[in-house]
Amino acid sequence: MRIETLKQLNEAKRARRAAILVTDLATSEDRLALEGETLAGVSPDTLTKAFLSGKSGLVEDEGRSFFLNVHVPPPRIVVIGAVHISQALAAMAPAAGFDLEIIDPRTAFATPERFSGVKLTADWPEDVLKDNPLDAFTALVAVTHDPKIDDYPLVSALKTGCFYIGALGSRKTHAKRVERLKEAGCTDAQIARISAPIGLDIGASTPGEIAVAILGDIIQALRKRAIGAGT
Amino acid sequence: MNDIANFDDPLLIAEGWKNEGRDVALATVIETWGSAPRPVGSHLVIDGEGNFHGSVSGGCVEGAVITEAMDVIGSGNSRMLEFGVADETAWRVGLSCGGRIRVYVEKVA
Repeated sequence: MRIETLKQLNEAKRARRAAILVTDLATSEDRLALEGETLAGVSPDTLTKAFLSGKSGLVEDEGRSFFLNVHVPPPRIVVIGAVHISQALAAMAPAAGFDLEIIDPRTAFATPERFSGVKLTADWPEDVLKDNPLDAFTALVAVTHDPKIDDYPLVSALKTGCFYIGALGSRKTHAKRVERLKEAGCTDAQIARISAPIGLDIGASTPGEIAVAILGDIIQALRKRAIGAGT
Repeated sequence: MNDIANFDDPLLIAEGWKNEGRDVALATVIETWGSAPRPVGSHLVIDGEGNFHGSVSGGCVEGAVITEAMDVIGSGNSRMLEFGVADETAWRVGLSCGGRIRVYVEKVA
């Protein structure tokens, strides 16, 4: 392996970008493909499948044998709002392989007693996200119902290209939200990415069921995301 | 919490060792059959002195991989290794779990 390739790969991991190290086993030649890029001699379909599944393995392409080592950043969920749904979501997310953290400036909600063992910050999202920004492998779930708290992280998620953005609220609430986001400079295409009403439509009723609907929605967004050049 | 700050990552260690001027080989699990303890893509990094980090099995074949890695560092030629119960080396370094693995060893140059 060339040291230059190793440095590129470590740099991609540091920047939380998805990358595949492709090694030609006959020649030992190694190349790096970042998500959205193509490589000569390897079909875009092969790269897309690997990026979506996150699975490393051997592939045969046009008679050549390649090893694909897939490096996808660990996906995380940032929840805005320390509410009942968040409690259920915090319990389920680790089982599905997601790191989760909760941000809510309302200290009455953000109590360690209600969120034992969960990363919880009782502060304004704009302050917390400044030090720990959102990115393409982060899902943003806004569930406070309060525009003062939800709107900033929603705009931030649209701008950084979070793979999933969901906001709790009725269609009426969301219509008002759309107007505010437009005023904040978001385009229609960006706003259309928001899952609202939040979660898969499974008729969820209780906080626990809504958490399941949200988690399913997040998994679908991650595993079916558009890979760019490969799709 | 942040994997970026994970100093146990063999790939970061490989880069660090190279920067220190050490000879480095990288071993990677590229195929597994049956119950292999480490998934495809796992790494073991080895330096010219036999220091190592990471793992390609539950500890059963690391010794053999390190020996091969020293040869790879010397020759510069990559090598494909296979371990498992079907292999005649099973008695010495076989996987106790009954699985089989293929490990690719290459020099970082």
